[in-house]
Amino acid sequence: MLLLVFAGLATALLWRALDLQVLNEDFLQQQGAARYLRVVEMPAHRGAITDRHGQPLAISSPVDSVWANPGELLASGESLAPLARLLGLDAAALHRRLEQRASREFVYIKRHVTPELGEQVQSLGLPGVALQREYRRFYPAGEVAAHVVGFTNVDDIGQEGMELAYDDWLRGDPGAKRVVKDRLGRIIDDVESLREPKPGEALTLSIDRRLQYLAYRELKTAVTEHGARAAALVMLDAQTGEVLAMVNQPAYNPNNRAEISGGRYRNRAVTDSFEPASTLKPFAVLAALESGAYGPDSIINTSPGVMRVDGHTVRDPRDYGRIDVATVIEKSSNVGVARMALNIEADAIWGLLLRLGLGAPTGTTFPGEAGGSISGMPPRSSIDRAALAYGYGVAVTPLQLAQAYTVLAADGIKRPVSFLKLDQAPVGERILDAQSVRRVRGMMEAVVSDTGTASRAQIPGYRVAGKTGTAKKAVAGGYSDNRYVALFAGMAPASAPRLVLVVVVDEPVEDYYGGKVAAPIFAKVMGGALRLLNVPPDDVSSLQHALATRRDA
Amino acid sequence: MKSAMPWNNDTAGSMRQMSTLQRFFHIDGTLLTGLLLLALCGLVVLYSAFDGGFEEVQKQAVRLTVAFGAMVVIAQIPPSSLRRWSPWAYGLGVLMLVAVLLVGDIGKGAQRWLDLGVIRFQPSELMKLALPMMVAWYFSERPLPPRWTHVVICGVIIVAPVALITLQPDLGTSILIGAAGFFVLYMAGLRWRYIFGAIIAAIPVGAAMWFFGMHDYQRQRVLTFLNPESDPLGAGYHIIQSKIALGSGGLFGKGWLNGTQSHLQFLPERHTDFVFAVLGEEFGLMGALQILALYLFVIGRGLYIAVNAQDTYSRLLAGSISLTFFVYVFVNMGMVSGLLPVVGVPLPLISYGGTSLVTLMAGFGILMSIHTHRKLWSS
Repeated sequence: MLLLVFAGLATALLWRALDLQVLNEDFLQQQGAARYLRVVEMPAHRGAITDRHGQPLAISSPVDSVWANPGELLASGESLAPLARLLGLDAAALHRRLEQRASREFVYIKRHVTPELGEQVQSLGLPGVALQREYRRFYPAGEVAAHVVGFTNVDDIGQEGMELAYDDWLRGDPGAKRVVKDRLGRIIDDVESLREPKPGEALTLSIDRRLQYLAYRELKTAVTEHGARAAALVMLDAQTGEVLAMVNQPAYNPNNRAEISGGRYRNRAVTDSFEPASTLKPFAVLAALESGAYGPDSIINTSPGVMRVDGHTVRDPRDYGRIDVATVIEKSSNVGVARMALNIEADAIWGLLLRLGLGAPTGTTFPGEAGGSISGMPPRSSIDRAALAYGYGVAVTPLQLAQAYTVLAADGIKRPVSFLKLDQAPVGERILDAQSVRRVRGMMEAVVSDTGTASRAQIPGYRVAGKTGTAKKAVAGGYSDNRYVALFAGMAPASAPRLVLVVVVDEPVEDYYGGKVAAPIFAKVMGGALRLLNVPPDDVSSLQHALATRRDA
Repeated sequence: MKSAMPWNNDTAGSMRQMSTLQRFFHIDGTLLTGLLLLALCGLVVLYSAFDGGFEEVQKQAVRLTVAFGAMVVIAQIPPSSLRRWSPWAYGLGVLMLVAVLLVGDIGKGAQRWLDLGVIRFQPSELMKLALPMMVAWYFSERPLPPRWTHVVICGVIIVAPVALITLQPDLGTSILIGAAGFFVLYMAGLRWRYIFGAIIAAIPVGAAMWFFGMHDYQRQRVLTFLNPESDPLGAGYHIIQSKIALGSGGLFGKGWLNGTQSHLQFLPERHTDFVFAVLGEEFGLMGALQILALYLFVIGRGLYIAVNAQDTYSRLLAGSISLTFFVYVFVNMGMVSGLLPVVGVPLPLISYGGTSLVTLMAGFGILMSIHTHRKLWSS
């Protein structure tokens, strides 16, 4: 009887083995595979961003992120101290964090550690702790190109600047592979590659790192010196519309994400607009010349230096008397341009500003680009017409202003602005008469003369054309009496302009005239850039003069 | 029902000539061959279960050598001496079990170890042999089949150590020891009606416990114990992984050192309690059947020795040892293949570990002693 029972038991065992190993073999093998075969994503290398000469501005480098299955790690009872010490974390805090997330299966412990450190973590052999391969973005130029290049977040997705604008281009497609993983989540073996990761494409910016650095250095020095709230600088290639340099203050270091906060990362050169004030006067004069009511030799009576328009007072610093058009520009006479504006068609200046593209984004698709603002209708009242002539009642970004000045530099041809390096100059559109533009450019050279408002913008050896601006900041209910924006916009060499440069300094303390605050920055940056680019001097006499003075001194 | 002991009055086997090995070294060659083959298979499987860990295999080989040595030593002791020592061994065992509960070391959540200064000792291991010896001794001097009162006294002898071990708590071992005692009782001629009676009496008691005596969480635990797959991440984890390992082995297995479940560490306790799953995964149904055949061969030889034993004590003891060995194998394989709930019982001679191995081999030493100390009437 007992033997029968035992025989029965032995038969049960046999049947069970047969059942599992033969009848259910497929199902159970599949179940096994479901436990050790995993598809994992292979991150794609993000494309590098370089300047126009191939100098790296943003590059990706492989790093490891340490993650854990908290339940498994805690259940193992292993001490967390060695891991915490290795990663520079507080062991108690780490333990708390894991306990709070004990029900999850994936918790990052530390992201983006060097592969060497990752190896050390792996060699600790803690159960439930594993590495994830990722790419981390590094920005060799740091603060210098931060605003243009932008940055990615910890998941390698563009957040600002060109990193955001061209995210799809840079990102590439992650691949996938089938691997054998053990119970602790460690990859034991690669079985097959399902999809090769497709690396992102590289992006070549129009920025020139040397010019960018020069501009950064000078702008930062000036902002510190003048105690300004902020500043922006845009340098365009006059022939192609490419952005060669674009810097802002305050800036940030994109490699240290803890610092990225508040308004530090705003690329003010494209996102912030302001009233351009006198820097718009050359366009008012152009409109007057175009209208035919004024010629280059026309005389305008600005006496007594004050003018009543619709009950408002337009004022010059002093009475310039009867002056020609060139002197209006040279002295930046508000009365002069107001008088001209009131004598020509009501919509002449407004129409010209619209043709320049003011009031709409430049079309660069740079994230957060502002379009400035301009009235949708021609100004009707006299004061509005006069104000538009000396740059109020319209708001532009530094980039828009620079683009408008590029039209002056290119003899009236408007070209799109580009942040990417171009192989050839895009076909532009003629929006202004070439002869008038050259004439106005000549007048703008007088601004930089010893008697003009911006003698500090002179560059030995080069003829410079430009215009200062000092804008009162608009505040609630009118204009402030003590908060200014100092501007200088110009180009060089004036005989055949290569570069256009706009400098905007927001709320400088004490000195606030564009000619005193912005013009010196222009001179330093433009002078350095012309030399770096080997642009032949077009004013040898001033060079000799400068050399002679230096010898005397 | 009467045929419960078909070997009861059979002594024909003793008439045959003994070999030199049996006569002078008291070793049974047949049994030794079976045991050595099992041990060898065990080392081969362990090498794989340790991911090619030669060191551990060496350690296990040393343990096996010690255990086989113990077997040889025990085999020299004549059954008559064993019989005389039985009550003393039993008494000592019970004392030590009490001591363990009072002052024992705690390991893995249970008090099982007694620190004797020189060595740490698990008294339940002694009891594995001492209990059947004691019961066999008790019946060897009483008329068989036993009277009702004798059965009750014998029940007390069995229940005392089993209860003490259950308290440690070590359910697996207590079941095995209870089974060993029960087999002696059964072979002594316990009637089936008593057994059925006990089972029938247990049903209402169990039902009453279930409905009135247990908390919800305790009921839940019992259910999980009986159906571990309802808790795939907790209690069911072991059994699910081991079924996958066994099943994915198929007819001929994945090949030595090629098991995925075991080598990727999904299979828990793969060197000890679940080593059979490693074997099944790598050697398939064929490998599992071979091991099973070897075990049945050893058990068959044990039963043959029991049948040919010359006195009641020897016969009862040999039968109990053989059948207990079968229970070991059955419980382990049943657990690994998901037939039985998971109780911590190693696969004899194959699982990694030393303590239970020595006891096991000592048991086989007793079998050999019984077989080789027979008085030969004709030679």
